[in-house]
Amino acid sequence: MDFEDTAEEAAFRAEVRAWLEANAKPRRHREASDAMAVDEDRGSMAAAKAWQAKKAQRGFARVTWPKELGGLAGSAMQQVIYNQEEGKFDTASGAPFAIGLGMCIPTLMAYGSKDSIERHVKPALRGDEIWCQLFSEPAGGSDVAGLRMRAEKHGEEWIVNGQKIWTSGAHFSDYGLLLARTDAQAQKHKGLTMFYLSMKSPGVEVRPIRQASGAANFNEVFFTDVRIPDAQRLGPVGEGWKVALTTLMHERLAVGGGLGGGLDVKELLSLARALELEDGPAIKNAGVRERIADWYVRSAGLKYTTYRTMTALSRGQQPGPEASIAKIVVASKLQDLSAFAMELEGEAGALKGEDAPMHGAFQMGWMSAPGLRIAGGTDEILRNIIAERVLGLPPDIRVDKELPFNELPGAR
Amino acid sequence: MNFDFSDDQKMLRDQARRFLGERCPVKAVRGVLEGAHGHDAALWKAIAEMGWTGTAIPEAYGGLGLGHLELCVIAEELGRVLAPVPFASTVYLFAEAILAAGSEEQKQRLLPRIASGERIGTFARAERPGAVTPKSIRTGFKGGKLTGTKTPVADGMDARHAVILARAGEDGGERGLALAVVDLDGAGVKRRALDSIDPSRKHAEIVFDGAAAECLGTGGEAWSLTSLVLDRAAVLMAFEQVGGADRCLAMAKDYALARFAFGRQIGSFQAIKHKLADIYIGNELARSNAYYGAWALSTGARDLALAAAAARICATQAFDFAAKENMQTHGGVGFTWEYDCHLFYKRSRHLALALGPQRVWKDKLVNELELSNAA
Repeated sequence: MDFEDTAEEAAFRAEVRAWLEANAKPRRHREASDAMAVDEDRGSMAAAKAWQAKKAQRGFARVTWPKELGGLAGSAMQQVIYNQEEGKFDTASGAPFAIGLGMCIPTLMAYGSKDSIERHVKPALRGDEIWCQLFSEPAGGSDVAGLRMRAEKHGEEWIVNGQKIWTSGAHFSDYGLLLARTDAQAQKHKGLTMFYLSMKSPGVEVRPIRQASGAANFNEVFFTDVRIPDAQRLGPVGEGWKVALTTLMHERLAVGGGLGGGLDVKELLSLARALELEDGPAIKNAGVRERIADWYVRSAGLKYTTYRTMTALSRGQQPGPEASIAKIVVASKLQDLSAFAMELEGEAGALKGEDAPMHGAFQMGWMSAPGLRIAGGTDEILRNIIAERVLGLPPDIRVDKELPFNELPGAR
Repeated sequence: MNFDFSDDQKMLRDQARRFLGERCPVKAVRGVLEGAHGHDAALWKAIAEMGWTGTAIPEAYGGLGLGHLELCVIAEELGRVLAPVPFASTVYLFAEAILAAGSEEQKQRLLPRIASGERIGTFARAERPGAVTPKSIRTGFKGGKLTGTKTPVADGMDARHAVILARAGEDGGERGLALAVVDLDGAGVKRRALDSIDPSRKHAEIVFDGAAAECLGTGGEAWSLTSLVLDRAAVLMAFEQVGGADRCLAMAKDYALARFAFGRQIGSFQAIKHKLADIYIGNELARSNAYYGAWALSTGARDLALAAAAARICATQAFDFAAKENMQTHGGVGFTWEYDCHLFYKRSRHLALALGPQRVWKDKLVNELELSNAA
């Protein structure tokens, strides 16, 4: 049992490190950030695009992709190594490109025509074009397949009407991956088709949604008679759900941290050292120590679970099912740990930003945590997935699986 | 990255699982739970014949000279079947104490018969309810004789040898403590079997009245030696806890699939699905922390104390949760003597307290974090 790289991994790590040293500055300290943030202002978007282009040119942006598409035809472990090394440097955030490169483009690569792959993959990898994912709707968040956006065929085009919601980054996206209903008379999963479209298409209106935190990282997107060429359909008509499962599977393959906005036990310890309670320094208070220990074992447990996943990747194997526990644990930990930190801060814990202790880091974590427990698979859906796919327990009873979609209660 | 057991170690695990599957059915556990015997002698003999008791004891002292990773693998399998044998007392505590602090002569004299399973050992610290602190130790060790009471002592009725945490000097605190090794068959030793929540792991009260004992380790080091032995035992015990917790999840899942209510398998209800998902999450976190503990133990890593505390706290939380929610999933029958749920419920609480309660280990963990941050 050891934490050593294989000889090949060590060589790759050295190569990555040398390139990073030549192209970036070392990171001085970890800054807390909004766990839900997708991008910041325009200035940092330019910096993000510049760094993305640099990475992409070297093949590091998506190591596992084929060389002709801008990757290195490398292993998942090599991507992990690159991410680890990059984390030590002060580079612009890759967040704006995460959805596109993590979900949309892999879907395009699996189902798109040769022409669309040639046209779109490299610009996305370089950060020239940003993608968003248009799945969720007001009537279907966790129940994605219950979506109602209609696409009707007219000649060689589809005419699309409806509304999407929670679309992260739509306000700065160039393209979108779209799941729509093409047959309302079919059973709900069987009447869906996947498309992609330019977000600049006539009839597409993006409206930012203000989050509880005050930020506006996601949007409503309204479609009024939007025309999509049939050439931009991904997969057969009526097979959209199968395509969507590919998209969602790619979401799950992401390994490593980044969740939780950089707030963990280390920050809590710093705070506990700095504050005085009724009986002395907070760090010496028995109740505080017990809570710190509880969160430490969860954090450490997650870290070492990641090591187990990396061990599988290093051997060229698929990650084990234990990889699926990360998001559930991190999201609740962020919420509870932040709230506890605010307790330690006392009345000052109710302040925000620069007026709050530690630049308001815990307040930001606490405010973004509810979104994290919901986005990208709610706690409840993730528990269902563990129960059904990992433990083999029966699926929920579905009352909407057999009926035609347009006969379901509440369907239009 | 190679954060896993080796192929050989995994083979040992499979072999251990098969062996215990045959030699330690539930009725063996119930036999000790319901009977007067302190342990299952036939099983202990069979385990010793496999060489397990000597896994981490060097060949020079009669052991197999393998290592702690192999011992962790064995520990998990023992925990999975709730093996009613004094393995933890003898191997994780007594043997580790002798290996850590014994003189060459003591090792030569005491370890071979421990490795062979011929002798059972244990480690006695507590004397009364509440915390074990240097100040709470009243048992005296003067002029080579022990006087005082140790209670509860795991496997106290069956052990031949015991390491005793006692007070040798005038100093009322840590520096006055000493470790003594005593032959429990000698004069001045009176033992009384105690009633405990998990009678598959029996305990005794031991009263010493001028019992002859020998010194273990050098003066003034007793408390830190005890701490080190507890850290090592914590990692090994964490694997037992992980094994038990995994078994609880398997039982709960099997029951959830077999049992029907309201026209369908109870495992198809979200309340049950989410409960079992939560058990799974807890078990995997515990497994991961135990693995790191195993690495730290087997490499003598500097952060063993931190790793051990994390492994113990996480495994205790996982096994406690898995055991009680397994019983909950079974409904009424889970609360019967006939069903096996209570065996795990009892063992989980016993293991939770065996090396000291959560409160102490959490305090210790934060201590280690403070020390490592200060560096």
